[in-house]
Amino acid sequence: MYQVVFALIPVIGAAYFFFGLSVFLVSLAAVSACFLAEWLFSNGEPRHKSLMDGSALITGLLLALTLPPGFPMWMAFIGGFASIAIGKIIWGGLGQNIFNPALVGRAFLQAAFPTAITTWSLPDGHYFSARGTNLAWPFFQVESLDAVTSATPLASMKFQHESTDIVNLVLGSTSGSLGETSGVIIILAGIYLASRKILNWHIPISVLVATALVSGILYFVNPALYPSPLHMLFSGGLLLGAVFMATDPVTSPMTIKGIWIFGFGIGSLVVLIRIFGGLPEGVMYAILLMNGLTPLINRVTRYRVYGTK
Amino acid sequence: MSDNDSSSRLSFRHGVHPEEFKHLTAHMAVERMPFVEDYVVPLSQHAGAPSVSLVQKGQRVSRGEIIARADSFVSVAQHAPVTGIVTAIELGEHPNGLLVNAIKIKADPFSAQTVDKKILMPWKDLCLKEFITAVQTAGLVGLGGAGFPAHVKFSIPEGKKCTTIIANGCECEPFLTSDHRIMVEFAAELIQGLTILRHFIPAEKVVIGIEGNKPDAIDILRNEIQKQGVDYEVVSLKVKYPQGAEKMLIKAVLNTEVPSGKLPIDIGALVSNVGTLVAMAQYFCESIPLIERVVTVTGTAIRRPTNLMVPVGTPIRHLIEWCGGVTQDAVRILLGGPMMGIAQKTLDVPITKGISGVLVLTENEVQELSTYKCIKCGRCIDVCPMYLNPSLMGLLARKDLYEELEERHVLDCFECASCSFVCPSGIPLVQSFRIAKNVIREKKAKEKSKQN
Repeated sequence: MYQVVFALIPVIGAAYFFFGLSVFLVSLAAVSACFLAEWLFSNGEPRHKSLMDGSALITGLLLALTLPPGFPMWMAFIGGFASIAIGKIIWGGLGQNIFNPALVGRAFLQAAFPTAITTWSLPDGHYFSARGTNLAWPFFQVESLDAVTSATPLASMKFQHESTDIVNLVLGSTSGSLGETSGVIIILAGIYLASRKILNWHIPISVLVATALVSGILYFVNPALYPSPLHMLFSGGLLLGAVFMATDPVTSPMTIKGIWIFGFGIGSLVVLIRIFGGLPEGVMYAILLMNGLTPLINRVTRYRVYGTK
Repeated sequence: MSDNDSSSRLSFRHGVHPEEFKHLTAHMAVERMPFVEDYVVPLSQHAGAPSVSLVQKGQRVSRGEIIARADSFVSVAQHAPVTGIVTAIELGEHPNGLLVNAIKIKADPFSAQTVDKKILMPWKDLCLKEFITAVQTAGLVGLGGAGFPAHVKFSIPEGKKCTTIIANGCECEPFLTSDHRIMVEFAAELIQGLTILRHFIPAEKVVIGIEGNKPDAIDILRNEIQKQGVDYEVVSLKVKYPQGAEKMLIKAVLNTEVPSGKLPIDIGALVSNVGTLVAMAQYFCESIPLIERVVTVTGTAIRRPTNLMVPVGTPIRHLIEWCGGVTQDAVRILLGGPMMGIAQKTLDVPITKGISGVLVLTENEVQELSTYKCIKCGRCIDVCPMYLNPSLMGLLARKDLYEELEERHVLDCFECASCSFVCPSGIPLVQSFRIAKNVIREKKAKEKSKQN
């Protein structure tokens, strides 16, 4: 599992490049909460073992990377705690959970702090400063010290019908969650993980193919109204979700056929939520929904045992 | 025939590609192991009832003489591997880890060790019944590992018909090259063995299945087939583990599946290991019973890996000594290949009829991974050649849910260990299935005896 952590290092590096020290503050809060929850609740076996298997670290980092740069640390801490407690331990621990823990944590935060989690800021290029809101005291509203808040490319597409320059989308110099903006880095990390056989390449490919296909059809029908497939692929958390979240082996189907059903479900739901739903972004709910369907998909795509009918 | 030459596409689906390591011994001609002092002949070297000893302590036996008879139909005779004196009939080590009754023989150092040959009727004059009895008397069992008595397999049940005889020359286990060398060096005997078998079991087709990594064996056998003027077919199969499993070989050669719980003969197939066929030819043509076999002594920890012709009953200590001993970092001895072989606790364990290799591994190679929880990655499902769900079965086995395991076809698992091989969490899957299978079988046997 530490291979996944290695692959996340460049993603975190890109987040640092675009958003400064904030990425470390938010990550620190989320990861320490994950470890705390893991330590508090995992009493069935030697504690150090479940702490050291790397899964709590990955959950914490992934959660942090889906949060806005200016997200208060105390909220990230609560999110990290919820990720492990509600997302994993409650189901019986590693391998038993149905939903991706990091996304459960994020959904929890989305419900608890809807404003904070949708307050975005542009990359500012200050490598040695963090956003003041990171250090907000718990339960106190702090006036944003950030002068510039900025809509994400998806939000501006949805509400203003402005599309963002594709080069910026690919490189990552747009506003968005900490780890989701730089498409090219995430793709490289994904290729690395796939080449080491850490992740099953069928999952990201099926998600991306489905997204491109469904949004491509819409774009073909009315290019003036709908965003181009390329914009769809490189905006928001799609790549981060496809490479790092949907590929969680625990919560994805176990057969190739099942994986393609799963991936197509995610891709189509992402497009449906983004274009026809109330929210500008839908990757989190798309993956969580398909996570919920995974046991059923596993059942339907069961192999026929050799020598049976 | 030539359309199979380069392609080697024939295979089954799923399976794994472990590193082969066959280069260590693939080119080494079989050398004859010198006779040693002590031999241990377990009375149970085959599936079925143990043989019944015919000798007493202190009795002199000569090489090739029958020293134990078959106890029932599913049982075979045993022969003295050396000329010498019976020193004891007592419990002795067995490769499966158990102590079983064994005849212990001290070799006569002054004997010429020639085989005590009986004059046999020419095989063409035998009737089917006599043939079956002769195979049983020769002590023939499947030399591929399972040790199923050959004559039982050759007794086609009434109402069944054998349409294809398949000689199994796959040898898909890494490291092992004994079948490879047998095909190269005993090609004439192999074809002869198939001819004898087909004489008694008139199959429409005879096929020799060989993995594509043994091109020399394929060429030699094709030449030998032409030379002997027979119509057997040599097919080159894709190199993949476990290609040599009976059910996988049938799938590759005939593109049909053996129904769950049935035998290959139910779909008209008869599979026999190439070594078994050579041993059979040697019995019918030279009246040498099964008293020796080819064993690959190999592994990165063996100083001089090679292929040996070894009398059955030779303790593995002598094989390892003959091969120059082991290196400093040797830590594990397996009988069989690295995938399905059984780890040994003592060097006193003898070579039995079903042992095709002695494998000694180094510390680095057997690094035990600590076991983590199943993360449901599905890799085991992707490699299981039987299309089982090892992940789920592993969870069921951990909770001793044997009925559910049976519903999930755990009895169809033939323990190829592909699932354990790929598991990233280091879960001992195949080990737990082996236990589950035994528990279920014992339970069934109990129920059956209750009913009677």
